[in-house]
Amino acid sequence: MRLIAFLTFTAAAVFGTAAQAQVNVKIGVLNDMSSLYADISGPGSVTAAKMAVEDFNPAAHGMKVEIVSADHQNKPDVGSNIARQWFDVDHVDVIVDVPTSSVALAVSDVAREKNKVFLISGAASSDLTGPKCTPNNVHWTYDTWMLANGTGKALVKTGGDTWFFLTSDYAFGHALEHDAAAVVTANGGKVLGEVLHPLNTQDFSSFLLQAQASKAKIIGLANAGGDTINAIKQGAEFGITAGGQQFAGLLVFVTDVNALGLKTAQGLVLTETWYWDMNDANRAWTKRWQAENAGKLPSMVVAGVYAETLHYLKAVATLKSAPDGKAVVNQMKALPTEDPLFGKGYIRADGRKIHPAYLFQVKKPEESKYPGDDYILRATIPAEEAFRPLKDGNCPMVTN
Amino acid sequence: MFEIFGVPSQALFGQLLLGLINGSFYALLSLGLAVIFGMLNIINFTHGAQYMMGAFAAFLLLRHAGIGYWLALLIVPVIVGATGVVIERLFLKRIQKLDHLYGLILTFGLALIIEGLFRNYYGSSGQPYGVPESLQGGRNLGFMFLPNYRAWVIAFSLLVCLCTWFAIERTRLGSYLRAATENPALVRAFGINVPRMVTLTYGFGVGLAGLAGVMAAPIYNVSPQMGSDIIIVVFAVVVIGGMGSIMGAIVTGFTLGIVEGLTKVFFPEASNTVIFVIMIIVLLVRPAGLFGRSA
Repeated sequence: MRLIAFLTFTAAAVFGTAAQAQVNVKIGVLNDMSSLYADISGPGSVTAAKMAVEDFNPAAHGMKVEIVSADHQNKPDVGSNIARQWFDVDHVDVIVDVPTSSVALAVSDVAREKNKVFLISGAASSDLTGPKCTPNNVHWTYDTWMLANGTGKALVKTGGDTWFFLTSDYAFGHALEHDAAAVVTANGGKVLGEVLHPLNTQDFSSFLLQAQASKAKIIGLANAGGDTINAIKQGAEFGITAGGQQFAGLLVFVTDVNALGLKTAQGLVLTETWYWDMNDANRAWTKRWQAENAGKLPSMVVAGVYAETLHYLKAVATLKSAPDGKAVVNQMKALPTEDPLFGKGYIRADGRKIHPAYLFQVKKPEESKYPGDDYILRATIPAEEAFRPLKDGNCPMVTN
Repeated sequence: MFEIFGVPSQALFGQLLLGLINGSFYALLSLGLAVIFGMLNIINFTHGAQYMMGAFAAFLLLRHAGIGYWLALLIVPVIVGATGVVIERLFLKRIQKLDHLYGLILTFGLALIIEGLFRNYYGSSGQPYGVPESLQGGRNLGFMFLPNYRAWVIAFSLLVCLCTWFAIERTRLGSYLRAATENPALVRAFGINVPRMVTLTYGFGVGLAGLAGVMAAPIYNVSPQMGSDIIIVVFAVVVIGGMGSIMGAIVTGFTLGIVEGLTKVFFPEASNTVIFVIMIIVLLVRPAGLFGRSA
C-alpha cells in the first residue's frame, strides 16, 4: 500500500513538472450543429477555432491545444449538461461560441461555478454583460443593445420616426424590442404598436396586415432566423416595401440575406460588426475558411469565434497557465486585443469586447457583382458608441 | 365601417381570407395524409419531409435546369411521387401486415434521415425562391391587399382537393381503391392488381405533398426544417377531421386555417396552440374525429 502511494506520488511529481514545461489547453466549441442556427455558427465555428489555433502556433509558445465540439440543440439543459461533462470529466478549459441566449445563460452559470472561461460569440442577449455578468465571461461579437442602437438610431435620424414591431414571443425578442423601442423614443421617434408572434411562425400575413394598417414608416423585426426570413419574404408579397414602409431587421446575418435573395432583401438596413467583403484581410481569411466550408459565407459569429479564441490563447501564453478561468479572463482584459478581423480593441470590466459596428444596406440585385456581394456600408458606428455604456449595464461586478 | 369585438370589420374580413389561404396548405397536406391512411392504413410521418422535398425540387429545377414555377408544378409532384413509390416498394410493403406503430416509426425515421441529408447539403438557413412573374403584384379588395399569388393558391388547392375527392369517392377507380381497403383478397379475385394500386396510391399521396411544397416555395422559407414545422399542425388537422376521411381533411383544413387566422387578430400569442386545443376538445367529445366513422 505504501509502495503504491509512493509510486503515485513520484509519478505525480514527474508528470507535474512535465506539465509545467508545456501548457495544455482544451477548447470546447459548443453550438447548434444541425438546426436553425447551424449556418451562422455550427461547423463553421469549429473551422474558425481551428484557424485561430493554427495562426497562434501553440508549439512556438510551449503549448498544446486541442479542440472538441458538440451540438447543444438549442436546449439549455442539453447545453449545461455538456458544459458540466466537459469541465468535470474531459478537462476542457474554455467553451466558445454558444448561440441561443437561453443556452448561453445556462452555460455561463456552469462556467462560473467551475471557474472556467466562457467566450461568447453566437448569443445575443446583452444581459450576459449586464445583470448576468460574471468574472468568467467575455462577450465578443455583438449583443441586442448594440443591434438596436445601430439600426434604430440610424433609421430614426434618416426620417424613420414611427415604428411598429413584429416581436418573437420569448426572452430574446422581448429584450430586442425593449432595447430598440428605447433607442427610437430617445431619438425623438414614436412606437405605434407591436404584435407578439410565436417562435417559428410559418405565416406572417396576419401580422403584416396589422403592421401595414398601423401606417408606421418602419416595421422593426425583433426576431431572428427563419422568422425574419419569412416575415420579409411575405412582406414583399404584400407590397409592404412598395407601399413606402421599410423593414428594419434587428438581427439579420449575411446567411439570412442569402436565403432571401437580393431581389427580396434589397434595401434592408441592418447592423453587423464584421462583414467578409469589407477589406483584404477579411477576404483572405474568408478564402481560407471556405476551404473547409465550400460555398458558404462566414457570418460575424464565426469571425468572432476566431478572434476570441486567438486572444484567449495569447492570454494563456502570457499567464503560462490555463486552469484558473478567472485569472485568464483578467489577463484577457488586461491585454489590448488585436487580430486581423476586428483590428485593435479591448475588453471592458463587465466582459464586453469593444469594437466598431457597421450599418449596412442590402444591395439591389443589379449592384451585386459576385456571389456574396450583398452589402453597401452606410455608416460606421465608432467603438465607443457601439455598445451600451458601462454604467448603464447594471453589472454587479461594476456597480459594487 | 363597423367593429366586431373592438376589431374593425375590414381587418376581420382580411384575416378570414388569409386564414382560408393558410387553410389551403393544411387541406392539401392533410388530404395526402388522409388518402394514404384511408387506403393503406399507414400513418405517414414522412409527409412533412416530402413537402419539403417538393419545395427543394422546385428550387433545384430553377437553379440547375432553369425550369420555372409552372413547369415545376407539373414535374415536381411526379418526381416526389416517384420517390414515394420507391419508399413503398422498399420499406412499407414489408410492414403492411404489422401494427400501425411500425409504419409510424419507420416513416418518422425516414423523415429524419431525409431532413438530415438536405441540411447536410444545403445548410439550415434556406434557399431563395421568388413568386412567378405572371402572379406578382396584387389587387386592393377594399378591405385588404390580396397578392395575386395567394389568390392563385386558394383557387388551385381547392380545385386539387375537390378533384381528389371526386376521384376517390365518385369514380370507378376510386371504388376499386375503397374496395381494396375493405377486402383486398376479394378484389384480387376479380383480377385487379391490388399491390400495384396500393403503391400508386402512396405515390399519389406523396405527390400531393410535393405539390404543396412547390406552392409553398414562393411564400415560405425553403429550408430543410420547413416540413417538420408544419407536419404536427397537419396531423392535428387530420385527427380533428377524422383519420382517413377525405372530405373531413379538406373541410377541417380550411376551417382550422380560418380559426387560426382569427386567433391571430384576437390573441396572437395563442395562434400556434389554438389548433391543439381544438384537437383535445374534439378527441374528448368525438374520439373518431368530426367526420370519422367510429370503428
